[in-house]
Amino acid sequence: MESVSQQIKSDPRYPEACQSCMNCGVCTAICPAAGYYSYDPRMIMNLVTEGDNAMLTEIMSEDVIWYCGQCMSCKPRCPRGNIPGVVIQILRMVSQRNGLFVRSAMGREQLAVKRSIGHNILETGYCIHPTRVNPAMHPEQGPVWAWMSDNADEVYGRFDSNYNREGPGNMRKINRKSLDELDRIFEVTGCKKLWDTIESESEKRIDGRFTKYD
Amino acid sequence: MIHYWRDYQKEIAEDEFFYVRSCIRQNFFPGAENLFIDILRNKLGKKVFEDADHTTCTGIGYHSDIVPIETTMTVIARQFALMKERGYRNLVISCVTSFGLYSEILDLWKHDPALKTKIEGYLSEATGRSFDEPANMVHASDILYKFRYEIAEQAVNRLVNNETGLPLRVVDHIGCHYAKTFPERGIGGSEFPQVLTGLIKAWGGETVDYPERRHCCGFGFRQYILQSSRGYSISHSRTKLESMMPYEPDLIVANCPGCAMFLDRWQYTLEETDGSVYGPGRTKIPVVTHEELAGLVLGYDPWEIGLQTHQVPVEGLLDKIGIRYDPEKKYADRQGKLIGDTVAVTAIV
Repeated sequence: MESVSQQIKSDPRYPEACQSCMNCGVCTAICPAAGYYSYDPRMIMNLVTEGDNAMLTEIMSEDVIWYCGQCMSCKPRCPRGNIPGVVIQILRMVSQRNGLFVRSAMGREQLAVKRSIGHNILETGYCIHPTRVNPAMHPEQGPVWAWMSDNADEVYGRFDSNYNREGPGNMRKINRKSLDELDRIFEVTGCKKLWDTIESESEKRIDGRFTKYD
Repeated sequence: MIHYWRDYQKEIAEDEFFYVRSCIRQNFFPGAENLFIDILRNKLGKKVFEDADHTTCTGIGYHSDIVPIETTMTVIARQFALMKERGYRNLVISCVTSFGLYSEILDLWKHDPALKTKIEGYLSEATGRSFDEPANMVHASDILYKFRYEIAEQAVNRLVNNETGLPLRVVDHIGCHYAKTFPERGIGGSEFPQVLTGLIKAWGGETVDYPERRHCCGFGFRQYILQSSRGYSISHSRTKLESMMPYEPDLIVANCPGCAMFLDRWQYTLEETDGSVYGPGRTKIPVVTHEELAGLVLGYDPWEIGLQTHQVPVEGLLDKIGIRYDPEKKYADRQGKLIGDTVAVTAIV
């Protein structure tokens, strides 16, 4: 099996995302996540460039790789054209494929993301859907959203008579054939395998078989 | 890195558009995309095709790391295939996350043609379809930028204070994945943000330049999706709102559906949390999308284009511009019947 460093470097995005970091720290200076969490993308770029498997395994087992908000503010500022935000995506994927994500509290939340956004995609054809943004879980959305969600047929129907029906239109119902094609794409391209890993590793964690550094 | 204005120029097709919708925009601004299509077809005389078979690009799933890049590439390749099958070559993308992702994928294929071949194989195996890359690919706000003066010629309203005659002070918020992932594909990138400023100036307003103009709205994908880290999201919107507050903006316009939604919703949450409001005279700052801004300029009825689906009330803005509206129709259906029970609607107001 490839080492984690080899897995990181064989990602198709790696050549564009990590070309020749000189550790200037501009990414950390501009990073919104660095202003919120104790987070330093410069350090991450350094570790990835060095390729120390033990160190990479350690950070992929910790919360730190889940701090990035994926805004990509780092990209236009990097004098070498690197994309630390994409390097983080690669680390997160390798962490999940190797079962390391369950060792951190934020990593374990990937199960919830998979079961919400992931299932939305295959069941509705949308990442989010009016029937799946529950106002009780989203008090920050305010009373207008509660009104829209509680009266979805009438509110959405006011702006598009095709709401939740097949054919073109706003929040139309995605037809069965398109959903089947989406499902098949997720199978053929390995997303279903990733989801199986997220489920099975999370299950193991629930069984208490892992501690942080086992 | 790119440094010069000339590097940010992009070709925007003239006509014959294949339109792909946005998950977030359809959910939270259900009038906006149909408005955009109506403006293109009926105000600008353009041909726009909307395909019932297209799906999400998976963007939120991709950036919250539960969808591998190969899967996302193949889903987007399927959208390209649909466009090819319908005989179109000019792609218009509603969502900013999608726009960044489509751009990323074309860039990866350009640097690694074998990767494109691999995706062609995946798409063929999964769906039997084949695709061509778009001849022209833009975000919906690019189209309004290109035709901003044609829209100005048809303007019913201008972005001018009806009472003082002064230009409205408008905050432009450009989505990060429009301006930052591939700056050369956005008009002005994040260094010289022009795509919305161009609209604002052409339609009579002035842009507010404030310190955190380029700061992310704070969506953060998983940071917002998960309740445990939602504080990340509101903190960054708050950073922006505090920074723009001294300039007393009349409104915020955003080309990204997520940014528009967060800058709208978090103003409600911040007021509920600690009483903070960021607009002039202890009001909240109305937030509109680029389509909605064009719709107001062109004289569309605010309730027909969905401005009642915003949490921050827009009436103050409508009054400033001098747009007439019927308060009774705000929460009503097309027949004038109130949607939902009176208690819920009263709670909104």
